[in-house]
Amino acid sequence: MSVEAAGIGVGRGRRVAGKIARYALLTVLAIVVLFPIYITIVNSLLVPSAITSQPPKFFPTNPQWSSYSSAWDAGHMGEYLKNSFIVTILITVGQVVTAVLAGYAFAFLQFPFKRTLFVVFLATLMVPFEVTIVTNVTTVNDLGLFNTYWGLAVPFLATGFGAFLMRQAFLVLPQDLRDAAALDGYGHFRFLTRVAVPLARPAVAALTVFAFLAAWNQYLWPLLVTSGDSHRTVQIGLKQLRGLSIDQVNVTFAGAVIAVIPLVILLLVFQKQLVRGLTAGAVKG
Amino acid sequence: MTAAISDDRVVSKSTRRKERGLALLFLAPSLLVFGVFVFYPLIHNAYLGFYRTPPFPGLPKTYVGLDQYKDVLTSSDFFDSLKTTVLFAVMTVPVGIALGLALAVLAHQQLRGIGIYRTFFSSTVATSVAVAAVIFGTLMNPQVGLLPWLGVNPHPPILQNPTWALPAVAVTTIWQTLGLTFILMSAGLQTVPDELLEAARVDGAGAWARFWHVTLPLLSPTIFFAVVIGTIFAFQTFGQIDLLTQGGPLNKTNVLTYFIYTELIQNSNEGKAAVLAIALFLLTLLLALAQIRFLERRVTYER
Amino acid sequence: MARVVLEHVTKRFDGTTAIDDLSLEIHDEEFLVLLGPSGCGKSTALRMIAGLESPTEGTISIGERVVNDVEAKNRDIAMVFQSYALYPHMTVRRNIEFPLRSRRVAPTERDQLVSDAAESLGLAPLLDRKPAQLSGGQRQRVALARAIVRRPEAFLMDEPLSNLDAKLRVQTRAELVELQRRLSATVLYVTHDQVEAMTMGHRIAVLDTGVLQQVAPPQEVYARPANLFVARFIGSPPMNTVEGRIKRADGALVVELPGGHAPLPPPIARAVAARNLDQVVLGARPEDLRFGREDGVTASVTAVESLGHECHVACRLDDGQLVIVRQRSQADVPKPDEKVRLVAAPEVLHVFDPTTGSRVDGDT
Repeated sequence: MSVEAAGIGVGRGRRVAGKIARYALLTVLAIVVLFPIYITIVNSLLVPSAITSQPPKFFPTNPQWSSYSSAWDAGHMGEYLKNSFIVTILITVGQVVTAVLAGYAFAFLQFPFKRTLFVVFLATLMVPFEVTIVTNVTTVNDLGLFNTYWGLAVPFLATGFGAFLMRQAFLVLPQDLRDAAALDGYGHFRFLTRVAVPLARPAVAALTVFAFLAAWNQYLWPLLVTSGDSHRTVQIGLKQLRGLSIDQVNVTFAGAVIAVIPLVILLLVFQKQLVRGLTAGAVKG
Repeated sequence: MTAAISDDRVVSKSTRRKERGLALLFLAPSLLVFGVFVFYPLIHNAYLGFYRTPPFPGLPKTYVGLDQYKDVLTSSDFFDSLKTTVLFAVMTVPVGIALGLALAVLAHQQLRGIGIYRTFFSSTVATSVAVAAVIFGTLMNPQVGLLPWLGVNPHPPILQNPTWALPAVAVTTIWQTLGLTFILMSAGLQTVPDELLEAARVDGAGAWARFWHVTLPLLSPTIFFAVVIGTIFAFQTFGQIDLLTQGGPLNKTNVLTYFIYTELIQNSNEGKAAVLAIALFLLTLLLALAQIRFLERRVTYER
Repeated sequence: MARVVLEHVTKRFDGTTAIDDLSLEIHDEEFLVLLGPSGCGKSTALRMIAGLESPTEGTISIGERVVNDVEAKNRDIAMVFQSYALYPHMTVRRNIEFPLRSRRVAPTERDQLVSDAAESLGLAPLLDRKPAQLSGGQRQRVALARAIVRRPEAFLMDEPLSNLDAKLRVQTRAELVELQRRLSATVLYVTHDQVEAMTMGHRIAVLDTGVLQQVAPPQEVYARPANLFVARFIGSPPMNTVEGRIKRADGALVVELPGGHAPLPPPIARAVAARNLDQVVLGARPEDLRFGREDGVTASVTAVESLGHECHVACRLDDGQLVIVRQRSQADVPKPDEKVRLVAAPEVLHVFDPTTGSRVDGDT
């Protein structure tokens, strides 16, 4: 009995050691991945001379919050945040509405050339943005939308991806449901708003989060169609902060933190939806 | 039962007409946006390539047919940029996917609190290209103490260093996309049935053998998707270049997107920019198609 | 082949006890069926033997070595999963080979073993197909081939027939029994289907909520169930059970039932008296009941099901409890709403302690 007991003890010991090793590896990797964000937060709270010194400080013992007010006011990050929010919400609402409408049409309506039109929608995914910028800048200018919120939003109010996602989500709902609703006197629009969208809520949520993320992080287009501070977004604001001299480097870091915080909050709350949106095309092949 | 849109439903003509009208109404907003901002620009862009932009503004552009296409696409500038673009993709896509996969596998274990690690590993999804570039760019400033303290102190400094500039941008990009790749690979791992891995354990396969013979083959659709999408995104890299190196030093980071940008905005050479944009489009399209053709064969779908 | 021994094995998950102090031995070359309803812990027990879970307490031995700390891949057991767990991206040949490749068996020997296993299960023409191209029965045989190819010390089977259609199930049942005999294999077979248990096992181990109820050859489990759970679980239609008070009549103990009483055979009567029971649960299998003219218990027929070779007559006792009678002959079948008398010979009655559920035997 004692030999067996010893056998169990050794085995359990070995298992515990294995577990510790695994946690250790995971922790090391987590530190590596998070380090840039960590050091950014730290540096945003240090005095510039501390950032340029060696060895570098890894913990702000005397946090200087002034960098954040500098970034917000002098760095205009507050204004830029507002602009980003407005544009992002415009784009998100636009994308979701157009995607829901288009997806519903493909899933529940009958019309000629349905297949061709769907290919057209998918084809937009194949056209890289750079091919369109040359013309789009001119178009936006001609429409008088340079340096406006609409100018920033208008090319992105519809995506093939969104329509694809919503079509897939609506296709899962049985046609019987539509037929029953029709018998109950529901026209297409009421069916869409009262039945289809509520039932497809996960997909709508996923698309919303995904669209928000993509719109918030845009760089090239805001760069091309804005100038001056009035409508600049947070991402272009970062370009300004990048140009700050080394004696204001803490403000640069503070700006980066400000740019990230809204997304961090969004993602902590909507983690599940984001994952669903990101993997919509991938996993099923 | 999935929605079988039975196209042989018997409906009245007026109902059908109403549905068609409604469909048009529902599709119109999207189609309008696509028409104005995707397809028209694509065609217009091709058309612009036929016109050489004059060196001074105000002068009319001259129609040169395919000459501009020929000149630009055979220029050494273009080839260099093309090389840089491809090199950049090669640097970022395989490494990014491998790292994302490794993290996903490690975070797939049944340990208590593994959820926290998963959140950590996916955290970079909150970062944008600009944020990542500003963070890494500032850290790579030779006056910032962190890297020199670690012994990293090349001359010239990293972002001005012809050898190290592109790798530096690549590292920044890999980090920024790590969260996304991790999420993608994690989702793929969920599709590998636990029972299969258990059967492999009972059959005598160790951890590495299980990964290589069971997990990886079953993960191939996800990896395939990641490679295709990743390559497309790699070719569209812009923000990091603009914020970190502006195409330099010595044009060593002058990827096609940045080349297009400089020609359009700084040189006001609309014609040349248009040609380059078409080249980028074709490159992306051809590569995606090639990948689909050659790689999809090796993908093992369950059906 | 070797024997498998579980000694005082307990498994707890987050507060629930899945397996409670299980001690069980699977003899060398025995086909032991682990039977129980879903959630009883039988799959957990199997997985612990396989090494896919580790016991919270107790020891598990395969052959003569304790394997608690031995990894699944080194335990030298083979497992057939309920869903077969075939590698979908590999051909049948590669699937069967896999355990041999893992153990670095030499190619020539490996090929020989694979073709032997494939031959014995009739899979030779399918070796280059992929699982998706096979029928359910064929996939099951591939899973079996993969298990037998390396001649392990013991086989574990987790409800391998449940995904097959009824006809194939009957056929495969016989094939599995024959396979075990041919290979002289030690097999632990988990199922919730009592027909499989009765027809396949040398012994049946009945499990309920993690506790072993009885382990005995099928006939014994059927004829002398150790408790009410086993009595009701084995047999279709299940054993009829009715509660009754113990009364003295003409100097002998009888069980008072609604509408009559049942005399107890002397050995059981003695055991009942020895335990001071004033209430018991009486059990009678449907085929042990008949319709009589006197004695017995009054009842009223509610429904008659004719199955061709026999009839199932559902009767209601005076207090409303339902009793089912199996009658072989098609003649003299009572009709619905008819009043009948149910009789049974005292020797076929089963008596159970109402509080513990355990069998009251004449010789205890």
